[in-house]
Amino acid sequence: MDFEDSAEEAAFRQEARTWLEANALTKEEKEGLDFIGIAKLWQKRKYDAGWACLRWPKEHGGRGATAVEAVIFGQEESKYDIQEAGVYAISHGMCAPTMMAWATEEQNKRFIPKLASGEEIWCQMFSEPAGGSDLAALRTRGEKDGDEWIINGQKIWTSGAHYSDWGVIVLRTDPSAPKHKGLTYFFIDMKSPGIEIKPIKQISGGANFNEIYFTDVRVSDSQRLGEVGQGWQVALTTLMNERAAIGAGGGGVNFRSVFKLAQNVNIDDEPAINDKTVRRKLADWYVTESGLKYTGYRSMSALSRGEIPGPENSIGKLVGAPKQQDMASFALDLLESSGAIWDPELSQEAGLFQATYMAAPGGRIAGGTDEIMANIVAERVLGMPQDIRVDKGIPFSEIPTANS
Amino acid sequence: MNFEFSQEQNLLREQALGFLKDYCSTKVVRNILDGEDSYDQELWTKVVEMGWTATVIPEEYDGLGMSYLELCVIAEELGRALAPLPFSSSVYLATEALLAAGSKEQKEEWLPKLASGSVIGCLAAGEGTGQVTPKSLTTSADASGLTGSKLPVADGDVADFAVVIAACDSGDGASAYLVDLNQSSVSRQKVDTIDPSRSHAKIDFTGASAQLLGKEGEGWALLNNIYDRAAVLFAWEQVGGSETALEMAKEYAMGRFAFGRPIATYQAIKHKLANMYVKNTLAKSNCYYGAWALSTNAAELPIAAATARVGAIQAYYFASKENIQTHGGMGFTWEFDCQFPYRRSKLLSINIGSEPVWQEKLIKAIETSRAA
Repeated sequence: MDFEDSAEEAAFRQEARTWLEANALTKEEKEGLDFIGIAKLWQKRKYDAGWACLRWPKEHGGRGATAVEAVIFGQEESKYDIQEAGVYAISHGMCAPTMMAWATEEQNKRFIPKLASGEEIWCQMFSEPAGGSDLAALRTRGEKDGDEWIINGQKIWTSGAHYSDWGVIVLRTDPSAPKHKGLTYFFIDMKSPGIEIKPIKQISGGANFNEIYFTDVRVSDSQRLGEVGQGWQVALTTLMNERAAIGAGGGGVNFRSVFKLAQNVNIDDEPAINDKTVRRKLADWYVTESGLKYTGYRSMSALSRGEIPGPENSIGKLVGAPKQQDMASFALDLLESSGAIWDPELSQEAGLFQATYMAAPGGRIAGGTDEIMANIVAERVLGMPQDIRVDKGIPFSEIPTANS
Repeated sequence: MNFEFSQEQNLLREQALGFLKDYCSTKVVRNILDGEDSYDQELWTKVVEMGWTATVIPEEYDGLGMSYLELCVIAEELGRALAPLPFSSSVYLATEALLAAGSKEQKEEWLPKLASGSVIGCLAAGEGTGQVTPKSLTTSADASGLTGSKLPVADGDVADFAVVIAACDSGDGASAYLVDLNQSSVSRQKVDTIDPSRSHAKIDFTGASAQLLGKEGEGWALLNNIYDRAAVLFAWEQVGGSETALEMAKEYAMGRFAFGRPIATYQAIKHKLANMYVKNTLAKSNCYYGAWALSTNAAELPIAAATARVGAIQAYYFASKENIQTHGGMGFTWEFDCQFPYRRSKLLSINIGSEPVWQEKLIKAIETSRAA
């Protein structure tokens, strides 16, 4: 039992390291660019040198790398402060795999290279006001008109829509069919006439996601993925690829940063780190972080052996998101009334704790709420029965809603 | 990344699991819980025959000379089966004390017998007073021998010898002694505990003949060293037991109907069990960390041991109490098996230091390693 790379993995890691050392974006290169500009510059550089989208087949601009190689590159890349978090997460993690599985060869020739190079950014339009956790209850209509479909309705929580070029969307094409059966999947040009994108302001202050209003937007039937009525099945491909990354991510509010804070603020005129309650709480969070870390190592070991990681890896979000909230909350408590100040000049760690406290509720909801994650663990990992569904088998148009 | 057990170790686990399924059903546990016997002698004989007690003892002392990874595998399965045996006292505590501090003669005297299981060892530290510290120790040794009372001593009623922690007025405040428990100046009585499937005793020493183990005034350091190592092994037992509790809860929930459907279809139950799974998984991963640290004698063993123990304590407490909860009224009956993990989880949570003690140990160890 060790943390060592195999010989092949070590060689790959060295290759990655060498390239990154020589080619990582410098401060000067980033000067004057916004986060999208930085992301595009870096993605193109990786693409030109054969380091983009490693797991994709070579003919699609990837490297045909193994899962563990992709993790290794990610580990090495994360040492450089260049990867603008999230810009391509949906494009590469959700949209591209769906296209590769369901689009025509010609369509993929047109779209995949520009996805890999980062030249085009995609978004994912599934969620609606009426269908969040109950994703299949979406209502945005798609009505056939000759060779085209006409879209009317509204999507919500669409991350990055305001800077996306293309997007995947699921539409209700037959309201008389049961919920999961009347859906059809398309990809559309975000510059299509009739699309209105409105940013949603988050309590954390940013506006990374949007409402999207569709008024008689036209999309060609040639941009349909899968059969009419097969939309849910195609959507499952997209959602399946929303797999949590293994390993990475330990920054932000964590044991290290809260421990440091506790050393630098007082309780009863002594460093808070000397307080028994503080020490016990920190110990618990250390144990949780350690558990997550070594769960990741176990999964990585499985990948290293060419196996599929066990279900243990599905607990990451369920554990991590509430922990962020609790740790940030605790940090603000340590700061007493000064914890309320949120000013990069005046606040500890430039306002990290305040920012995390305000962003944390979103983490427990986005990409699967805590409650849905718990259901998933119970059903898919423990094999317990699904919840009773009262909307099974009846026409979508007859399913009870708040207004019925 | 090779943070996994080897194929052979996984095979050992399969064998251990199968063996204990056959020879250590909950009936065996209940038999010890309800009856007068201190442990299941038949099971002990079989366990000893398979060499489990000899696992990490070096070959020169008639042991198998295997690694702590194998012992962790065995510990997990013994914990899963809630085995009513003096294995932990003899192997995780007494054997480890001798390996750490025994002289050549002491090792030659005791290790082969511990390996063959012909002798059972135990560790006597607590004095019935809550937390034990060098300052609180009243047991002491002088020219006339070792005098004092130890309570509770796990397997103290059946052990042949004990590693006794006594006060010392120099060094770290304690010294460790090897004491033959079959002498007239030693009297012992069984004591009832919250987990009658594991026997305990009060041991009174009145000028008992005792042999210094390790150096005088280094007993507290030795005890902490033993406890760090035992913490990892107990943590594997705790994790095994946590999984038993989860399995029990799930099986019951799937078959029990209320309001026209299995209670396993209610989110309150689904989420409760999902929560159990999450805690068990984190605890197990930390056990891997502990196993790695133990088997490589890593400098960070104090951190790894405390991490494994705190996580395991929390997981086992939660799983065992919520298992009873899931069973409803029947879970509260003597007849049902839910009581076994509930009892064992608390016993293992306080035997070598409680959760608060180890939370403090963890932070201290982290501070120490950072200062280094």
